[in-house]
Amino acid sequence: MIQGTFLTPNTIDEAVKFFSSSEGSVKLLAGGTDLLVQIRNGFTKPDKIIDIKNIRELQEIIDNGNGSFTVGAAVSGASLAEHNKFGKNWPGVLEALRLIGSEQIQGRASLGGNLCNASPAGDSVPALIASGALAKVHGPNGIRSIPVEKINLGPGKTNLQKGEIVTQFDFPDREPSSSDSYLRMIPRTEMDIAVVGCAVNISMDGDKCIDARIALGAVAPTALLVDQAAKIIIGSKLEDDVLNEAAKACQNACKPIDDKRGTITYRKKVSGVLFKRAIQIAKERALKV
Amino acid sequence: MNEMSNKWIGKNTIRPDGAEKVTGRAEYAADTTMPGMVWGKVLRSPYPHAKIKSINVEKAQSLKGVYSIATSKDCVDFPIDSPVILGIQDMRWMSRNVLAKEKVLFHGHPVAAVAAKTEEIAQKACELIEVDYEVLPWAIEIDDAIKGDAPILHDFIKHNNKSSNIAGTLEHSKGNIEKGFKEADVIIEKNFETAAVHQGYLETHACLVSVAPDDKMVIWSSSQGQFMVRAMTSYITGVPQSNIRAIPAEIGGGFGGKTIVYLEPVAAILSKKSGRPVKMVMTREEVMRASGPTSASKSTVKIGVKNDGKITAAKGIFYLQAGAFPGSPIRGAAGCCLAPYEVPNAHTIGFDVVSNRSKVAAYRAPGAPIGAYAVECVLDELAEAIKMCPLEFRLKNAAKEGTQAVHGPKYPKMGYLETVQAALVHPHYKLPLQKFQGRGVASGFWFNAGGESCAQVNITEDGNVVVTTGHPDIGGSRASIANITAELLGIDVGRVSVLIGDTATIGYSNLTGGSRVLFASAMVVTESTNEVINILKERAAQIWDIDKDAIDWENGEARPAGANAGKFKPLSLAEIADKATPTGGPIGAGHQVNTVGAEGGFATHICDVEVDVELGIARVIRYTAVQDVGKAIHPAYVEGQLQGGVAQGIGWALNEEYIYDNKGHLDNPGFLDYRIPVCSDLPMIDTVLVEVPNPKHPQGVRGVGEVPIVPPLAAIANAIYNALGKRFYSLPMSPPKVLERLEEN
Repeated sequence: MIQGTFLTPNTIDEAVKFFSSSEGSVKLLAGGTDLLVQIRNGFTKPDKIIDIKNIRELQEIIDNGNGSFTVGAAVSGASLAEHNKFGKNWPGVLEALRLIGSEQIQGRASLGGNLCNASPAGDSVPALIASGALAKVHGPNGIRSIPVEKINLGPGKTNLQKGEIVTQFDFPDREPSSSDSYLRMIPRTEMDIAVVGCAVNISMDGDKCIDARIALGAVAPTALLVDQAAKIIIGSKLEDDVLNEAAKACQNACKPIDDKRGTITYRKKVSGVLFKRAIQIAKERALKV
Repeated sequence: MNEMSNKWIGKNTIRPDGAEKVTGRAEYAADTTMPGMVWGKVLRSPYPHAKIKSINVEKAQSLKGVYSIATSKDCVDFPIDSPVILGIQDMRWMSRNVLAKEKVLFHGHPVAAVAAKTEEIAQKACELIEVDYEVLPWAIEIDDAIKGDAPILHDFIKHNNKSSNIAGTLEHSKGNIEKGFKEADVIIEKNFETAAVHQGYLETHACLVSVAPDDKMVIWSSSQGQFMVRAMTSYITGVPQSNIRAIPAEIGGGFGGKTIVYLEPVAAILSKKSGRPVKMVMTREEVMRASGPTSASKSTVKIGVKNDGKITAAKGIFYLQAGAFPGSPIRGAAGCCLAPYEVPNAHTIGFDVVSNRSKVAAYRAPGAPIGAYAVECVLDELAEAIKMCPLEFRLKNAAKEGTQAVHGPKYPKMGYLETVQAALVHPHYKLPLQKFQGRGVASGFWFNAGGESCAQVNITEDGNVVVTTGHPDIGGSRASIANITAELLGIDVGRVSVLIGDTATIGYSNLTGGSRVLFASAMVVTESTNEVINILKERAAQIWDIDKDAIDWENGEARPAGANAGKFKPLSLAEIADKATPTGGPIGAGHQVNTVGAEGGFATHICDVEVDVELGIARVIRYTAVQDVGKAIHPAYVEGQLQGGVAQGIGWALNEEYIYDNKGHLDNPGFLDYRIPVCSDLPMIDTVLVEVPNPKHPQGVRGVGEVPIVPPLAAIANAIYNALGKRFYSLPMSPPKVLERLEEN
């Protein structure tokens, strides 16, 4: 249980004002699916909680056309899944978000919360990175747009300044024949935390890959954008030897640790396997678009 | 009892606890509250091993809102060198496990407890208690605990005349193993390891204890035995049993883990000292760190066979972790492992090893899965070596009526052979397998148990029936008892209510464990119901003014036995109950017996797995559990027991393990990283109920709840071998381990 102040601002300005003027330990609550657990386990004892999920912009899903969307940072997995177009354009982002927790958790869990919780294993983060989404950040000094891969610095640490709030994600236009996918390795079939996660976002021209973004989760202090692997496959026809080489690039990009969830060797090996599987799925989806 | 004419026995009647549970009305221990109630919290050891030099509670005591503080000084003193045995427990250990005395012996070991106005204040007060520790070296794993220079947990424990962490041994011998191995054509010897696994009951330990100024105590708690709770609390607090009323709550899973106390005596001390009712509820982390998992193990098994498949000799050595205090289930490992087989020459031995981990508690067929895992894997290798179907191999060596078991008894009629035969002809055993899929089989045994039970059967004034028994229902005993009572009385099952009495309303009944409850309570309920039928006949005899022997009880009615008895319209149960007062008063009967004749249970399982060879993930895709269940009184519940046992076995085999860090702390004290299977991890678990009635029981009942967790570990290991051509000798067969093995070549 916590004793302190619980604020429920209705506008971004109000939220930024509360957040930037607060002393002591302040936490933002979007869905709360990480925060409440952390409080219960005694990992954090905030004096103040600012609940940002009642702010309109944070709950909006805006279809900008051409496959571009603006998605509020507190939109829940269940809400995003109900949108009739988002999942068709960004199936990888949606499937990653939908893997978080149980059906009950899906009523709350959000892209913004998953990103700002800054767990190396957050499922939606690699998918957001691969999508090329920009995080819109409101703060006391105005608004800025930051590529998602630049937000997290390490476990529990973000690049955000005092008073800054991630409010929305801007997904770029969808090229023709492009799509994305996300896969994770967990020992169970659900209700688990990624030992390795891999997101792929590619554009095809016929059987040729003309653009790609590849991201890995749970293999380093933050989710990684693996440019090296993308460079290897861009321009190729995704032949086996190309994919093997890119898989090696994924393995080399990993800086994992040995822990109770997996060994260094295991995580490296699996990152390559998931990459190869994820790219097949993304390719099939892209060619159907 | 004539099978075919059964109306209720063998029927899936509606669960008597169902409506209450699905509508949230059922009362679990944590649902209980009282006026003036305060909250208890436990201060736990930050070290795996340390001497307690002093405990200063002054600061905590003076915190506003604190009512009382308990330490081991408030407990009855049990000198460490004289045993005080209660069932399979020793109060010397139990009292020190509840509140540490001379030393803390594991990270999370309770050191003191506080009762305060709120949980938060109690928690804060715990942090204000100053404990001066002398930190000692510790040992977590078996190898660390038994090596020459291992830190010794209990100085007075001697093995081979030296202070040791080996607290005891247990052996079974038969024939001459040297001779037996000489006769063998093929001998295989292998080493195995299993990890410590927790029972994983969803409801954490909880209780509310109220001690009145006259020392009368009431305990509401979640346990597998209200009489066990009463006895242990009495021992530790010194309050006589007659002053303690222990009320069993509905229980959210136990699997053996609730056969001992953790909180009740502590709450009792806090309540007595504060004058307030005290409630305590463990967090999941406390459950994982400080309540009993079952043992991790190391074992070596050697078995010899003739080329024709006949086993000539078997040897098994089993080291089991006990945790901080002696008492690992070596009897289950060394006693059950060879029980399904006719083995002419055998020697099994178990070693009870203490180390700086939480004290183990019973877990479904304690120790038996560990023994069966090693034996059944070696048997699989032997069957392959002599090119024999693993089920035919088991059939050839199957124990049967008259076999002298390695663990002692000569078997009466029992159905092991029948389980193997049923597995052999089951369609599952012949289904084709795809690439990276494999099939494994294994058998298993559990002793089952009898023991003390009481029952009271009362006829209500309106002619219905209330049955009271004395053991918490964790596997369907109420539904099964209702079936049996309705059958005997010849009335609709809906007219029978079955209740679990508290320690003041029913006589001493041993705890729910050892798969004993339906076996034992059906016996006393049968006796009681038959006596009630006798009384009903007497009352009808009075009403009709004829001889009692001239009356039959049939279909819920008293009838004249024949034409000579006279012509009377049958008297229903309700009609006799209506005349109870003028014919002699209330109608009811009770029985209390130490039941005997609980014969063992056998099972044979078939398991199919599929391995993702790039990720090392093995998944069980098909499973069939065949078991001799004696007589299934309520088949759906029996099936549920089999499925539940298999589910837990799958978790044990594939993912569950206690992981310790280098400070001697459990590193995965929650369900995120301690991975019990979720629904989607499991296939539909098929069951085959073989019924070879127990000849020593009125309804033929055998215990069914524990046997099904015995075969899965080996069945899965053997299936993975069949899929990959690689054998695994340590559990869990988790993805990193499997992948590492696959990469070896």
